[in-house]
Amino acid sequence: MTVFNMTRKTALAVFAASALSFAAPLQAAEQVLEKVHFLIPGGAGGGWDGTARGTGEALTGSGLAGQASYENMSGGGGGKAIGYLIENAESNHDTMMVNSTPIIIRSLTGVFPQNFRDLTLVSSTIGDYAAVVVGKDSPLNSMSDLVEAYKADPNGTAIGGGSVPGGMDHLVAAMVMEGAGADPVAVKYLAYDGGGKAMAALLSGEIKALSTGFGEAIELANAGEVKILGVTADERQDVYDAPTMKEQGIPVSFVNWRGFFAAPGLPEDKLAQFQKAIAEMYDTPEWEAVRARNGWANIHNSGDDFKVFLENQEQAIGDLMKKLGFL
Amino acid sequence: MLEGLLIGLSTAFSISNLLMVIGGCLIGTFIGMLPGLGPMSIIAIMIPVAISIGDPSAAIILLAGVYYGAIFGGSTSSILINAPGVASTVATSFDGYPLTRQGKAGKALTVAAISSFAGGTIGAILLMGFAPALASVALLFHSAEYFALMVVGLSAIAAFAGTGQVSKALLMTVLGLVMATVGEGVLFNMPRFTMGIMDLQSGFGFITLAMAMFALPEALYLVLDPTRSGRSSGQGNEIKDLRITKEEAKSIAPVIGRQSIQGFLIGVLPGAGATIASFLGYAVERNIAPREEQEKFGKGSVKGLAAPESANNAACTGSFVPLLTLGIPGSGTTAILLGALIALNVSPGPRLMVDQPQIFWSVIISMYIGNVVLLILNLPLIPYIAKVLAVPRTFLIPFILFFTLMGAYIGQNNATELLILVGLGVSATILRFGDYPLAPLLIGFILGPMLEDNFSRAMQLYDGIGFIWERPMTLGLLALALALIFLPSYRASRARLKAQGVAEGD
Repeated sequence: MTVFNMTRKTALAVFAASALSFAAPLQAAEQVLEKVHFLIPGGAGGGWDGTARGTGEALTGSGLAGQASYENMSGGGGGKAIGYLIENAESNHDTMMVNSTPIIIRSLTGVFPQNFRDLTLVSSTIGDYAAVVVGKDSPLNSMSDLVEAYKADPNGTAIGGGSVPGGMDHLVAAMVMEGAGADPVAVKYLAYDGGGKAMAALLSGEIKALSTGFGEAIELANAGEVKILGVTADERQDVYDAPTMKEQGIPVSFVNWRGFFAAPGLPEDKLAQFQKAIAEMYDTPEWEAVRARNGWANIHNSGDDFKVFLENQEQAIGDLMKKLGFL
Repeated sequence: MLEGLLIGLSTAFSISNLLMVIGGCLIGTFIGMLPGLGPMSIIAIMIPVAISIGDPSAAIILLAGVYYGAIFGGSTSSILINAPGVASTVATSFDGYPLTRQGKAGKALTVAAISSFAGGTIGAILLMGFAPALASVALLFHSAEYFALMVVGLSAIAAFAGTGQVSKALLMTVLGLVMATVGEGVLFNMPRFTMGIMDLQSGFGFITLAMAMFALPEALYLVLDPTRSGRSSGQGNEIKDLRITKEEAKSIAPVIGRQSIQGFLIGVLPGAGATIASFLGYAVERNIAPREEQEKFGKGSVKGLAAPESANNAACTGSFVPLLTLGIPGSGTTAILLGALIALNVSPGPRLMVDQPQIFWSVIISMYIGNVVLLILNLPLIPYIAKVLAVPRTFLIPFILFFTLMGAYIGQNNATELLILVGLGVSATILRFGDYPLAPLLIGFILGPMLEDNFSRAMQLYDGIGFIWERPMTLGLLALALALIFLPSYRASRARLKAQGVAEGD
C-alpha cells in the first residue's frame, strides 16, 4: 500500500511543480496572440528548449499570449523540425520554431537541404557575443599578445572551444586571427564536448586560449579564473567591462543569436501579430525576469532587419568556411 | 572551517530545508526509476520549481536531493528488469539482474542501497575535507590521460571474456565502438555513417541502445522460453528477502571502501564522471578478486554489484568538487546545476567558500542528510518494489515492454527511435541466442566517443602518438590497463593448463 501512496504523492508533487512553472498569473498587457505553439528542434533541457520555454513563459505571464504549448522534435541537427514545418505549413499557422546561428552553419555544410529562406522570418530575440579568454596566470594580457604568440608558434598556441571544428567557436577564433592579419587556416583548434570541458582544458594548461560565449566567460571572470582578452561586440558591454576586438584593432564583430521562424506562406496579419507580441514582450517585467535569470542579452531584429542580418552572417561565415576548407 | 560547518548545519537542519531534501529524494527516486528520465532531465524539470523558491540554499538542497534520488532510482530498473536508464547504472545491471534472476531481487536492492549510501557518504566526507585541495587534482588530467583512463575502463570487458569467450567479447566491443561513430561527433562537423537516415544524424541514443541490448531481449526471451520465468512461483518469499549474510557483508565491505574512494577521485576529474567510475570500479574489483570469485562476476556476484554502485554514487559527489571550487561542470547534470546556481545569483568558484559559506556548507551537509534519507526511505520500500516481479508474467512482460518503449520515446519525442529500438532489440536477441555477450557492446558504445575524442585531441597536440611515451601518467595508466586485461587471462590460462596437465596425467 505504502508504495502506491508514495507514487501518487510524487505524481502530485510533479503536477503541482509543472503547474507552478507554467501558470499565467496576471493579465497585465493586452492580449496579442490567442495561442502560440513552440516547435523546438532539440531535446528537453538544451539551449533551444530554454529559449522557447522562457519566451513562452514571458508571453503568457505578461498576458501577451493567451496560452503557449511546446513540442520537442529533435533529429537531423534541427533539420527534422525544419522539414516538418515546411511540409505541414498549412496547419502550423500558430507555430513558431526556435533556432540560432547553427541554422546558418548547418545549411552551409549541407547537414539539411533547407535554409532560412525557406521559412518565414519572425524575429531574433536574444543573443550572446563571443569572447577569447585565457587563464588567470597566463602571460598573455591582450589580443595582441595572443596574436604575437600565435604568429611566433602557431603549432604551440592551441585554441580550444566547445563546438566542432568548423563550428562557432572555431570560426570565431579563425575570424579573429584573420582580422589581426594572421593566417586563419593554421589555427590549431581543439574541439571539446561542451564549454565546461573546454574551460577545464584551459585551466589545466592543455590549451593556451579558449574561444567561448561571452556570458559563460563572464561567470569565470567574476570568479577570478580567467582573463577576457577580447569580446566580439561593437562596444563595451555594461554587464562586464572587457575590451572589444575592434578597439584592439581587430575588425571583427559576431553575435550568436537566437530567434524565431514560422511556416512558409504565413499570412501577413499572423506574422505581424507574432512580431508585435515579441516587440512588446521586451518591456514586460516577466521577460526581464526570464532574461536576467538566464543571463541573455536582448538582440532584437525583426522582419527585414532580421533578413539582412542573416544574409550578412551567412556571407561572412560562408567565406571563412571556404577559406578554412570546410566548404 | 568549523564555523562554516556550523552555519551549514543550522541552514540544512531547518524544517523547510529538511522537507526539501526529503521531497527532492522522493521525486528523484520515483522519476529516476523510469528508464527514459535520467538525473539530467529530472533536474531540468525541477529547475523552475527550485528557482521559484528563491532561497539559493533551499533551491540547491532540493536539486541535490533530486540528483541523488535519481541516481538511486536509476539502479532499481537496472536490477529488476535489466533496463539501465542512465549510463552510470549499466554496470549495476551486470550483476544486479543475474541476482534478480536467481530470485534474490530483495537482496540485490539492499546491497545497492547500502553501497550507494556508503559511496555517497564517504564522498561527502572527502568533499568536505579536501575540496579545495582536490581542485588542483581536477586539472591534472589532459586529453592524453583521459584517453588512457578510458582504455582502463574498457578493460571491464575482460569480465565478459570468461571461458573461451574472449573473441566473442572482443568482437562485441568492436561492434559497440563502431556503432559509437555513427552520427555527428565532437570532432567532425559532418555526420558519419548515417546512411542518409536523418534520425541517425545525432547517432544512436544511449537509452535506445541500452533498452535494445538489455531489457528488450530479456522480455523477448521470457516470451520465447516460458520456463525461464518459473522463478516467480514458489520463490515469492525469497524475492522480498532483504537479508545479507555475514560473509557477504564481510566480502563487500572492502569493495565499498575502495570503490568509494576511487569513484570519488574519478568523479573529481571533469572529463570522466560516474559512468567511467562505475566501469573502472567493476573492472578493478573483478580483476583483483580471487579466481573463484572472479568467475561469479557477471553471474550474480554481490561484489560486482557493490563496486559500481558505491563508485557511481561517490563519483557524483566528486563531480561537485570542480563545480563548487572552479565553477567547471564536469558532466551534463552538473552543467544544468551550474545554470541553476547562476540563475540564483550564486557564482561557483574559488571564492564561493569565502563569500557564501552558508551555500557551500549547506550543500555538503545536505548530501549527508540526503543519503541518510534515501536509505531510510528505501530500505522499508524494497520488499514492495521487489514484489513487482511476483506479478504473473502475462502482466510482467507487457509492463517491461511498455517501460522499455516509453523510455526510448520520452527523451526525444521521436517515434523513429522506437523502430530503431525494435530493430536493434531483435538483432540483440539473435546475438544472445548465439551466446554473444551484449554488455561489451554497450561498454564500447559508451566509452567509444570519449576514447576517440581524447585520442585525437592528444594526437593533435603532439602531432602524432608521441604523447604515449612523453607523458608518464599516460604511460602508467596504459600499463595498468594492460595488466588488468592480461593478468586474469594469464592466471586463467595457467590454471587451465594445470588442470589439463592433471587430466593428462590421469
